[in-house]
Amino acid sequence: MRSRRFFVVGLLLALVVAGVGSYYASSHPDGLEFVAEETGFLDSADDPKTADSPFADYQTAGVDNDRLSGGLAGVAGVALVLVLAGGLAYAVRRRTPADTSTGPTD
Amino acid sequence: MHVPDGFLDAPTSIVTGVVAAGGVAVALRKARGELDDRTAPMAGLVAAFIFAGQMINFPVGAGTSGHLLGGALAAVLVGPWTGALCLSVVLLVQALFMADGGVTALGTNITLMGLVGCFAGYAVFRLVAAVLPRRTSSVAPAAAIGALVSVPVAASVFTLLFAIGGTAPVEIGAVLTAMLGWHTVIGVGEAVVTGLVVASVVAARPDLVHGARHLVDTQELEIRTAATT
Repeated sequence: MRSRRFFVVGLLLALVVAGVGSYYASSHPDGLEFVAEETGFLDSADDPKTADSPFADYQTAGVDNDRLSGGLAGVAGVALVLVLAGGLAYAVRRRTPADTSTGPTD
Repeated sequence: MHVPDGFLDAPTSIVTGVVAAGGVAVALRKARGELDDRTAPMAGLVAAFIFAGQMINFPVGAGTSGHLLGGALAAVLVGPWTGALCLSVVLLVQALFMADGGVTALGTNITLMGLVGCFAGYAVFRLVAAVLPRRTSSVAPAAAIGALVSVPVAASVFTLLFAIGGTAPVEIGAVLTAMLGWHTVIGVGEAVVTGLVVASVVAARPDLVHGARHLVDTQELEIRTAATT
């Protein structure tokens, strides 16, 4: 598979999972939250300091439709993470071809 | 497994913050050896995919759910140091913008899911890969077992931190038993997702998979030797 095609397919998959699939995710508490409740330390959690963020709790502020609200938050998160992690990786990468690199592929 | 503000006291959160900052600083240097022009976009894609995957909570019974942590997945796909950086970016975005995981617990979450998740997963991956046949088809099963183990290991480290700096007076034995039990089940989900994703990427582009690249290089060398003699 060509690199461009591979990255486009991968990114589309991530966007669909975050933008559409997330609506169907289980709303049960996760393992840690469940254990905290069961063993009695859930109340020691403070309210999140970033609860006023526009995407708090994976919902978009001001969007009433659940499906759209969660989907937008997911897509925004994927885009933000892609840019930050991709940018970071570009910044720290080796600028010259690796010594172990073989062949002129790509 | 996102730890909220308040579960751990300030001294413990400061220590995990220092551990996380130190780990990220070392990772920034070491990731250089894992990243070049070809693999840098892969790091962005892996981080984005893990963010998406973490949104999908799957039920594990009794009103509990789990989701992909992604440490083993990232470590196998882009290398453990780059993987730790990917998870750190995911956790930072979640804490700042999604209110998922406390801001004062960011160091704890990077330590647990970034450092412990990636390196425990990668260590087990390498151990299993060493005993399996040296083929690209061994990479996904080894990654799945690494993923399976990484989740209860991270849960155990959380319990250790809670034993040291938990703010609520709770019996640690009960916490450890419950954390290990649930996170072993969640680890099965982690293993399935990790195995499927790694198998797909290995099938499409084995040269872009950190944990499979040496196998691809070996094959190329064999072909060239045969061609020139």
